[in-house]
Amino acid sequence: MNRELRRVSLVVLAMFAALFVSSSVIQVIAEPELTDNPLNVRTLYASYDEQRGPILVGDTAIAQSVPVDDEYNYQRVYEQGELYAAITGYYTLNQGVTGIEASLNDELAGTSGDAFLSRLNAIFTGQEPQGNAVRLTIDPVVQQAAFDALGDQQGAVVAVEPATGRILALVSKPSFDPNALAGHETGQVIAAYDQLVDDPADPLANRAIAGDLYPPASTFKVLMAAALIDSGQATADTTVPNPPALTLTGTQTTITNSEGGNCGGTEQVSLADALRLSCNIPFAEFGEQLGQQTIREYAERFGYNSSVEIPLASTPSRYPVEAESTDRVQLSAFGQGAVDATPLQVAMTTMAIANDGVLMQPTLVDSVLRPDLSELSSFEPQEYGRPVSAETADAVTRMMISSVENGAATNARISGIDVAGKTGTAENAPGDPYTLWFTGFAPADDPRVAVAVVVENGGGRGDEAFGNQVAAPIARDVIEAVLTR
Amino acid sequence: MGSATATRAPITSTIRVRLRTPAKLRNRELLLLVPAAAVGLGATLLVDLGATGAIDTGMLALVAIPAVLALVIHVGLRVIGRESDPFLLPIALALNGLGIAMIHRLDIAGGRAGWEADAVRQVAWTVLAMVLAGAVLVGIRNHRVLARYRYIAMAAAIALLLLPLAPVIGTEVNGAQVWIRVFGLSFQPGELAKIALAIFFAGYLMTARDSLSLMGRRVLGIRFPRVRDLGPILVIWAVSMAVLVFQRDLGTSLLYFGLFLVMIYVATGRASWVILGVGLFLAGGFIASRTLGYVGNRFLAWLDAFNPEYADEQSYQLVQGIFGLSTGGILGTGLGQGDPDIVPFAQSDFIMASLGEELGLIGVFAILGLYLLFVSRGFRVGHEEPDDFGRLLGVGLSFVIALQVFIVVGGVTRVIPITGLTTPFLAAGGSSLVANWIIVALLLRLSDSIRPARPGAAA
Repeated sequence: MNRELRRVSLVVLAMFAALFVSSSVIQVIAEPELTDNPLNVRTLYASYDEQRGPILVGDTAIAQSVPVDDEYNYQRVYEQGELYAAITGYYTLNQGVTGIEASLNDELAGTSGDAFLSRLNAIFTGQEPQGNAVRLTIDPVVQQAAFDALGDQQGAVVAVEPATGRILALVSKPSFDPNALAGHETGQVIAAYDQLVDDPADPLANRAIAGDLYPPASTFKVLMAAALIDSGQATADTTVPNPPALTLTGTQTTITNSEGGNCGGTEQVSLADALRLSCNIPFAEFGEQLGQQTIREYAERFGYNSSVEIPLASTPSRYPVEAESTDRVQLSAFGQGAVDATPLQVAMTTMAIANDGVLMQPTLVDSVLRPDLSELSSFEPQEYGRPVSAETADAVTRMMISSVENGAATNARISGIDVAGKTGTAENAPGDPYTLWFTGFAPADDPRVAVAVVVENGGGRGDEAFGNQVAAPIARDVIEAVLTR
Repeated sequence: MGSATATRAPITSTIRVRLRTPAKLRNRELLLLVPAAAVGLGATLLVDLGATGAIDTGMLALVAIPAVLALVIHVGLRVIGRESDPFLLPIALALNGLGIAMIHRLDIAGGRAGWEADAVRQVAWTVLAMVLAGAVLVGIRNHRVLARYRYIAMAAAIALLLLPLAPVIGTEVNGAQVWIRVFGLSFQPGELAKIALAIFFAGYLMTARDSLSLMGRRVLGIRFPRVRDLGPILVIWAVSMAVLVFQRDLGTSLLYFGLFLVMIYVATGRASWVILGVGLFLAGGFIASRTLGYVGNRFLAWLDAFNPEYADEQSYQLVQGIFGLSTGGILGTGLGQGDPDIVPFAQSDFIMASLGEELGLIGVFAILGLYLLFVSRGFRVGHEEPDDFGRLLGVGLSFVIALQVFIVVGGVTRVIPITGLTTPFLAAGGSSLVANWIIVALLLRLSDSIRPARPGAAA
């Protein structure tokens, strides 16, 4: 009997060994995979167990987690949700996370490596562990001014400090209320989400950095002028023939200047006048001279064809990489055709001109603060690149000043201040309303702000209105808000 | 039994003799009872601090009751079971207390209080179970008398198995027809049946082992039993299959049949019984999985548990339990600080997942270690008991605990498909507690009759 009993003991040992192994596999070896399994609601609950850090503008929390009495313990609340929706994004139970909430999730959740010590400290001091706070570079007054100036229009505004890259305002309209997506009633959240997705105006699109992109239209002439001068192909005074109409090379397509007629009434027109009056035909000619590869090289120096992380990832603006026919190059030289841009990209071009040719990395994050509000890390201005020389930037600045003073962008004038600016009026498909642009900076000699404004649907006026009539006044409001701070 | 009168007179004299020698084993037991009681009390304290941040003195007082009863049993053993094993009582107390703490923790999560609280009822059942265990110790002074009642035990086992199928009192819970409900109390008679079966098997095999050891024809190099001896194993197999088909409970069926196979193997030393039995059970199980929808479903939900198609329905409990365990990781979330209440039946079928989530792998290993120690103490009885009946009963009762732990924890950790058995001592449920505490009492009684070979002691 004892021999049999020993064998049974071995069987029992084997059974328990199987249990030791199976529990080790589940609790240790497969643990990361199980934690990431989308069916695992504990991972979700755990993200609510600790108080998520707030998002601050100045010292005001625009997003914060407040204690509630349900299984999630905390409710995310967005103060002035619509005003900041394009920046904060939303934090939902099961419809995803966007904006700063997503880009800085590790900091807000307190799971980043930096937060480890404070968590350890929390364990020993018995404090509830808490996420870090993220303070934005946004200026609430400028943000509000941009939000109000855009009014009920569909479009976007980006305002940046050229010397540092700090984003002062970032608005996308129509906006939405992130609070509607932050609830804990899954059914209601899904209903609210579906409603936003089904909305033809697409409020969830962040038009300032993502969305469908827009032809930059005449705002691209700023980049063109900079490329022409910086590459040595032209100076402000270089002239090209000035016909009232131009047939694009190798096609039957005829283009005109937007005001009709030729550009300023002379036989030849200079680069400076072409930019001041925003004429298409001279830029088509300049574009043909400069060539696609050089234009592309400069466009990429300003940020085209790359995603910029502010730290929200922007959609890359596009300048064609593949070789194009001459007529397409002519079209893209005044911002039509195959070139598409985000308002952020247009603002980056302007920023570099404003900052003596040095493009600073645009960012929304000023600092990350520990729960006790001591600083964990703070923002240091970083160079994105030096697309053009200081002299080039200076020459382009002078052209942009004239454009506002006595050119195509007069509605951006502010008395007593030199404003440098450029309008844009993008044609879309025939019969579709225009997309209206303005980009500029002020004061021109010591820029405190660079802005890009885009308004869809011709500002409600179809193909009647120009950027100067709709977008320039919005930019002026934003610039004034910065200058009166 | 002519020897009965002969042994009666010396018992009083040995008691007199032993009272003078120090009760070494009992002192060890007392020493072990202190940490064992601390497990239940400490866990309850941590549960309250972790989940509510306040100390629930009422609950602590309730958890102290089993500890006090264990002390009473301990004192009783000093008189009527001086040589009984010192580990069994502390292990049972520790597991029982830990179970109550976790059930209390799930009461907090579910907002249950007072008589509605599962933990309060668990304490009440524990009291009943320990009183019955005490009664067994007092009433059965010599385990050999049980051998006489082997056929009564068989009848009792069959009656207990049939009870849940009886009209009016039989109740179906989660598809399994293994419950009875009397006066609002539900009870799983199958838990008690396993004791009755162990007694019957031990008694029957004690007498039949010689004929069952005789082997017939040789097939594939293994001698198989004679056809005329196949009756008993076929009957037990039929009963197990009946449990599977009519009571729809794979776990219970497996438990009874496994118990029988191990006991017949130990009794006869013939591996062919095991091969035959396993073959029979697999064949029956295979046919059942093809013909009975619920068995087939459980198999699918086990093999393909993480398929989203099953994860919301059939395998929801299993998958959520596994997520609970993985969340616990090595160290656990801490008592009162996880989300074990996500899992259905977290306080009964899945209490190991609840404990694993909050105590981590360390806790799971410790609990499994306690079971292993308990079973090894029981096997020691089987090893050293002087009579065949005692040996077989000791082996059977300890193996049934081991097999039950394997079936339940194996189900939770996806080693085997989920069944409806309870985790001994830990899970919420009166019948399980009563049955397992009676097993403790029987093993204590059996171990007491092991006479350690001491110099001068009569053999």
